[in-house]
Amino acid sequence: MGLNIDREKCTLCGDCISACPFAALEIIDGKLIVNNACTVCGICVDVCQEGALSIERTEAKVTRDNSEYKGVAIFAEQEKGNIHSVAYELLGIGRKLADKLNVELTAYLLGNDIKDINSLFHYGADRIVFAKDERLDHFNIDRYTEVITKIINKEKPEIFLGGATFIGRSLLSRIAVKLKTGLTADCTGLDVDDKRNLIQTRPAFGGNIMAEILTPNHRPQMATVRHKVMKPMRPDESRKGRIIEFGIESNLLTPVEFIDFIIDTSQKVNLAEADIIVSGGRGLGGPEHFDIIEELASLLNGAVGASRAAVDAGWIPYSHQVGQTGRTVSPKMYMAIGISGAIQHLVGMQSSDFIVAINKDPEAPIFKVADLGIVGDLFDVVPALIKEIKKRKGL
Amino acid sequence: MKIVVFIKQVPDTTDVKIDPETNTLKRGDSPAIINPFDLYALEEGIRLKEKFGGEVIAITMGPPQAKEAIKEAVAMGVDDGILISDRAFAGADTLATSYTLSQAVKKIENVDLIICGKQASDGDTAQTGPGIAEWLKLPQATFVKKIDDIKEGHIYLESMWDEGTEKLKLPLPALITVVKEINEPRIPGLRGKMKAKKFEVKLWDNKFLSLPEEKIGLNGSPTQVRKIFSPPQKEPGRQLTVTENVSEIAEEVVNTFQKMGLV
Repeated sequence: MGLNIDREKCTLCGDCISACPFAALEIIDGKLIVNNACTVCGICVDVCQEGALSIERTEAKVTRDNSEYKGVAIFAEQEKGNIHSVAYELLGIGRKLADKLNVELTAYLLGNDIKDINSLFHYGADRIVFAKDERLDHFNIDRYTEVITKIINKEKPEIFLGGATFIGRSLLSRIAVKLKTGLTADCTGLDVDDKRNLIQTRPAFGGNIMAEILTPNHRPQMATVRHKVMKPMRPDESRKGRIIEFGIESNLLTPVEFIDFIIDTSQKVNLAEADIIVSGGRGLGGPEHFDIIEELASLLNGAVGASRAAVDAGWIPYSHQVGQTGRTVSPKMYMAIGISGAIQHLVGMQSSDFIVAINKDPEAPIFKVADLGIVGDLFDVVPALIKEIKKRKGL
Repeated sequence: MKIVVFIKQVPDTTDVKIDPETNTLKRGDSPAIINPFDLYALEEGIRLKEKFGGEVIAITMGPPQAKEAIKEAVAMGVDDGILISDRAFAGADTLATSYTLSQAVKKIENVDLIICGKQASDGDTAQTGPGIAEWLKLPQATFVKKIDDIKEGHIYLESMWDEGTEKLKLPLPALITVVKEINEPRIPGLRGKMKAKKFEVKLWDNKFLSLPEEKIGLNGSPTQVRKIFSPPQKEPGRQLTVTENVSEIAEEVVNTFQKMGLV
C-alpha cells in the first residue's frame, strides 16, 4: 500500500522532492524516503524521469453489494419553506448524471410548509422524497442527519449530492461518517465513467491544482458542490413527478437547543447568492469611501465584498470578506476595486465567470486574473461608472 | 475544563505554484505553517482556559516534522501537545482522519470541548470537524463566531450562516469549529517560546493507538485521488488605461456590462 520507491532506479535527482506539495519526500543518508505526510496523490510519480516511483493500491474490500444502490439523489435545502437556489443547480447536474446512468433523479426535501414544491420537478427531479414535519422547518444538525440517513438507507441511491453551503457542509460531513462512505467537498465538475463511478473534480491548494477523485467501493458516492458553480436547467413547467412522503417514526431528539436567528441586515444582497459582487480594498483609504462601492453595487443589484485588508482595518464587517480566511465566491461578475490581489484574495474569487479590476498600479497581481482591467485612480473610475450606469438607466 | 484543539500543519498556499514549463506543482522554500483557521481555534481554547480554568491540549496528525506545529501551539499557551504520526495513517481522507482523531480523544478521556478551525487551507473540505463529532456522537456547532458563555454544563454560542447569525445552546462535551471573527490570535512571547523550545511533544503512533488497519490511512479511505492536474490557464484579459478619457472608458466598460446582460 502507498508509494513505492525503486532505489535501483532512483538517481536522487530531487525532482520529486520539490514537486511534492506535502513535503513528504526527503533524502536521508543517501536514500530517498517517503514520510507519512504522503497523501498518495501521485504527483511525484508523474515527475520522476527514471520511473522509480509507483503507487500500489490494494483495492479495499467490497463489503456491501453495490448493485442494489441505484439512482441519483440531491439534498433540496430549504429554510422557512423557501427552497434554496443551490437545489436547482444540484438538480441541473443531477439530471445529467441520472440520464447518463439511465436512472431516476430524486430530491430529498425536509421541512414543513414548502412554497412551490413543484419547482423541483420543473428543474429536473423525477421524484421528491418529502419528510414533512414542523420540527424540520428550521435546520437542526441532529434531526437532519437522522432523517436523511434513514432516507438514504431506504432509498439506496448510488450518488447523493448536496450544496457546499453552511448547512450542506456541516450536514453531509456527518451523514458520510454515519454511512461510512466517501465525501468529496466543493466539486467543480461531476461526471460518471462506464463503471458507474462518479468522477469528482475539485480544486485543492486554493485552486492551484485540480484533483480527480473517485469513491470506487462505497455507496452512496457523496459530494458537495459550491453554490453558483453548476448551472440549473431551463425550468420546464410541464414536467411532473411523484411526491413520496417519508414518515417520521422517531422523537427527533437533539441535544442542541435553538435560541435565536438574527438575519444580517448589513448585507442588502447576500454574498453567497449574488450574481454580481463589487469588492473594495485598501485602495479605498478609509471606511467613508465604501459608499461609492455600495452605490455601484446597488446600481448593479450586486453584493458588497471586501478584501482582508479592508476588514482588518475595521472599515467593513467580516461577513463581507472574500478570500482564504473569508468567503469563497464565484459570481457571474466580480469587481475588485482598490484591491491589489494577494493570493489569499485570489483563491476566494478567481473562479468567478468575469472579473473586472480597477487599480492604480498596472503591476498589481489582480490584473493577472482580470478579464477586464482598468488602470487608473478608482476615485475617477468608479464615479464615472456610476454616472454612466445612471445615465443608461435614465436615473 | 479539558479542551482539545485539533490543528493541522499545511503548506503555505501562497507558496505553491505550477511550473508552466513542466506543468507540475512546485512547492516553494517557505516552511509549513499552522493552518490559519486553527490559530483562532488555539486562541479560543487558551482564552477559555484563562477564563474558566482547566487544561488545553493541542493535537495534530502528520509527519514527524508536524511536531513544530505543536511547539508553536505551546508557545501560544497550550498546556500539552500530541503528535499522531505513523506511516499507517498516511493517505487518510476525511473519513479515516476523523476516525483516527476521534480515537485519540477517547484515549485522553473526560474531554469537555473540542475546537477545530472551520477548515484547512490545503484541503478546504470543512469535513473533519463534523466527522469527529459524528464518530464520538457529540453535539456540534460549526462556523462559530462567538462564545457567549459556558455555564451549568452548557455552551452558549453564535454561528455564522450565509444569511445571518444563529444562537445555540449545546450541552458539553461538544465539538465546535470556529471562524476568523471569533478572536485575534496572540503572538507568542519570549516566555512561551522558551517553554516551546524545551517542550517534549508526545508521539502517538499506531502501536500506541492500536487502531484496526482497515479503518485508517489509505485502507480506511473510501475516496481515492485518481489524477492531479493544473487548472486550465486563463486567457489574458483586456486592459484599459485611464489618462484623460475616463468617461470614454466608463462608456466602454458599461457597454461590456450591457452586452453581458449585467445592466
